[in-house]
Amino acid sequence: MTSAPTTITSVAAAANHLASRRSPLRWVLLAVGLLAALSLPWLVYPPLAMDIAAWALFAIALDLLLGFTGLLSFGHAAFWGGSAYVTGLVAINVGVPFPVAILVGALFAMLLAVPIGFLSVRSSGIYFAMVTLAFAQMLYFFANQWRDVTGGENGLQGIPRNFFGIELIETDPFYFYYAGLPIVLLGMWAAWRIIHSPFGKVLVAIRDNPARASALGYDVQRYKVMAFVMSAGLAGTAGGLFSISHGFASLQELNWTTSGKVVLITVLGGIGTLWGGTIGAALVVMLEDWLATSGFEGIGIITGTVFVIVVLAFRRGIWGTVRDLKARFRSRT
Amino acid sequence: MNEILQYTVQGLAAGSFYALAALGLAVIFGVLGVVNFAHGACYMLGAVVSALLLQNFGLGFWPALVVVPLIMFVFGILLERLLVRFLVALDPLYNFLLTFGLSLVLVDLIKRQYGVSGLPYTRPEILSGQVTVGDVRLPTFQLFVFAFSLVVCVLVWLLLTKTRIGMIVRASTERPELTRALGVDVGRWVTPVFGFGIALAGLAGVLAAPFRAITADMGSNFVIILFAVVVIGGLGSVLGAVVAGFLVGLVEAFGQAYAPTFAQVVIFVVMALVILVKPSGLFGREESR
Repeated sequence: MTSAPTTITSVAAAANHLASRRSPLRWVLLAVGLLAALSLPWLVYPPLAMDIAAWALFAIALDLLLGFTGLLSFGHAAFWGGSAYVTGLVAINVGVPFPVAILVGALFAMLLAVPIGFLSVRSSGIYFAMVTLAFAQMLYFFANQWRDVTGGENGLQGIPRNFFGIELIETDPFYFYYAGLPIVLLGMWAAWRIIHSPFGKVLVAIRDNPARASALGYDVQRYKVMAFVMSAGLAGTAGGLFSISHGFASLQELNWTTSGKVVLITVLGGIGTLWGGTIGAALVVMLEDWLATSGFEGIGIITGTVFVIVVLAFRRGIWGTVRDLKARFRSRT
Repeated sequence: MNEILQYTVQGLAAGSFYALAALGLAVIFGVLGVVNFAHGACYMLGAVVSALLLQNFGLGFWPALVVVPLIMFVFGILLERLLVRFLVALDPLYNFLLTFGLSLVLVDLIKRQYGVSGLPYTRPEILSGQVTVGDVRLPTFQLFVFAFSLVVCVLVWLLLTKTRIGMIVRASTERPELTRALGVDVGRWVTPVFGFGIALAGLAGVLAAPFRAITADMGSNFVIILFAVVVIGGLGSVLGAVVAGFLVGLVEAFGQAYAPTFAQVVIFVVMALVILVKPSGLFGREESR
């Protein structure tokens, strides 16, 4: 356990191994997590709290694929951003309550993930990362050109926040946070449920040894596509919520920098830890906000440096490192 | 007919940048197993450094064709020694992530220093005109870019296949253990090869300098198209990188001419088709995927 892990999947496997021990602390952790989620808009500027929650769900969606299926998608902006646009369009044109709009957005992301997943799982490792990246960028170009619907470079403006007839006006992001939080928590619960289901165990088996999983009769490609689609659905949920929260959807949501940001958040939090994404999201979103408000130009210089340092020296991430220390401490006593 | 010739030359010129940069990407991947995400940033640096050399030292396009790749070679060597080296033994995805972070840093550093508007660059006099073929007028610069990059690609190919250095590099790529057992210091070649790959990206940048707007973001889309190029050609295949580079340039030019709205989408459609028919790429070996 203490030897340096050499592959991303071995980092994830080590993280899972530690997680599989049932700790009495888990109820305490759950309570602390819920309390943190509920008190977040009291601690930080409320719209920022919503951003953190959305990015946390996005990172958890990615970890479902990266940490538990062993596939690094560098194109998850397609699902986050694709759903952001569809959610926005539905909210503007149909006028349904925003959770319904987000549901439509998430379904769109899943639908989109079927062909992309089908083509991408034919490759693995670094190839998979490049192929997903390229497909996501295809969607970006598409949205950029299809101005009549997406608004091109101006983005999609004026997305309303209809909540079952109650108008959650823009001046009240505080209340909107509590309207949106259940969706995030539901998404996180879904991710947790998937991982702890028999289906999730098959995914882990495929990650650790695809040849053996295949020999046991599991259709590896099909399972990978299914994991990809589920991950896309959760990423879409997060993206839809993000666009409702901001009141607009921009091309930025579809750009590869967004795919990169969620990978950074996941790796910083800890690959294969699932909940690490919440901490990673809080840190990265608040860091970027702090840099932006302090007028620093070139946020990429800082986030890029963080990325380089994490990859060079801190590959287990925050959650993974804490777990590691805890396990070491326990084995000593 | 005239139009087709025009678009062909335009496509081959655009493809030249892809071919040169993809060649660098393929050489690096071959020896180190690293996909360099910062390749687009290095292409951008090549163009920016050329513009700065012209601005500050009056160093024109012709000397820049030699000087800038040398500078980028040194930059590549530093990169390999200081960062990439530590992760080569690990999952290649880690170096992909490392170079991704690095490209964020490089792009925003240039943006912070020189702003988002482009740096000026003057096209050399001799290349500014047009060449008349039959009754078609073709920009001299496009013809030059294509001819120049084709010569460079052929030279690199000769270097890899006909010289002793190339033989060692190829042997280290295919059977590192065996090559080591035969008494070749494989590790010694890793750093210069990385530098060489970066120098090729820089060279593509120099060629692009008089041709494209020189901005910090010029490599951002470029690197994604570059990934599509190596997926189409087959990662690690030198020939595949060059052929797919020119092919993608042509697709882009004809796409812009006949379906301007979806020109860039077409490239990815081609990529999807290649993945469907031959997942390892047009020239890739099955094991390399």
